[in-house]
Amino acid sequence: MPELGKYATEVLTAYGVSIVLTTVLVLASIRAARKARKDLEAAEARRDER
Amino acid sequence: MASIWEYANPVKFSKTASTVLPWVSVLAAVTLAVGLVWGFFFTPDDFRQGSTVKIIYIHVPSAMMAINIWAMMLVTSLIWLIRRHHVSVLAAKGAASVGVVMTLIALITGAVWGQPMWGTWWVWDPRLTSFLILFLFYLGYLALWEAIDDPDTAADLTSVLCIVGSVFAMLSRYAVNFWNQGLHQGASVMRAGAVTGTDTEEKVSNIFFYPLLLCIIGFVLLFVALVFLRTRTEIHKRRTSALLARERLS
Repeated sequence: MPELGKYATEVLTAYGVSIVLTTVLVLASIRAARKARKDLEAAEARRDER
Repeated sequence: MASIWEYANPVKFSKTASTVLPWVSVLAAVTLAVGLVWGFFFTPDDFRQGSTVKIIYIHVPSAMMAINIWAMMLVTSLIWLIRRHHVSVLAAKGAASVGVVMTLIALITGAVWGQPMWGTWWVWDPRLTSFLILFLFYLGYLALWEAIDDPDTAADLTSVLCIVGSVFAMLSRYAVNFWNQGLHQGASVMRAGAVTGTDTEEKVSNIFFYPLLLCIIGFVLLFVALVFLRTRTEIHKRRTSALLARERLS
């Protein structure tokens, strides 16, 4: 860990918030993609059954 | 040579996205990891700003992305309005969620950086204010998509909103150049004269510039990966809706 001196709180807050927001964005995108693919496969399976 | 308009075909776009996505994702993760670790652990403190200079590796790339994502949305929205390609407007929709997060990161890291350097979290400076308005435009754009049931009407109205919001995206970029008032500094990173040394204005030292450049590339790659993923998701949702509508009719 580098020596951040008197600005440690500011630097770590900036990195912490950014990492959390980016992680949430990536995970939400992956989750939505999986759900959309699953829903599409289910709809296609029902169409093929008919 | 293949035409770019081939990718207006949702099937072709989805196939291409599936091929490209893993490579771009890995490249984005590696570039971001190297850039951020380099910047955070292996660069010195600035003689004036101390360790807060390390915030540059997040603040600058996220702010650049916030503006450029809106510019990309403007192009794809215009393609929708002129040529009616669904994939283009779905790409704009997919990009907006990434853009709103990038704008929020730029605003938060800017406030956290501004407090120790300027003595205030926020000031109604031209660049900060236009950035806040850009953030509100992103929220409005996403809300408008959710508010309208008919997808083509939603695409039309959000595209018009995107054109209007472009004024603020451009203001966010150029406000520091033509408004002298305010606390935010002028451009000191991507300035041709600063890179070639032909001007004497203050510029970012190469010690900070190289890891910053890597972080900017990483943010761009992350955006490309997320846009491919989110656009493909929107295509799948549209296809599912069409199949469900057909099911209900039969």
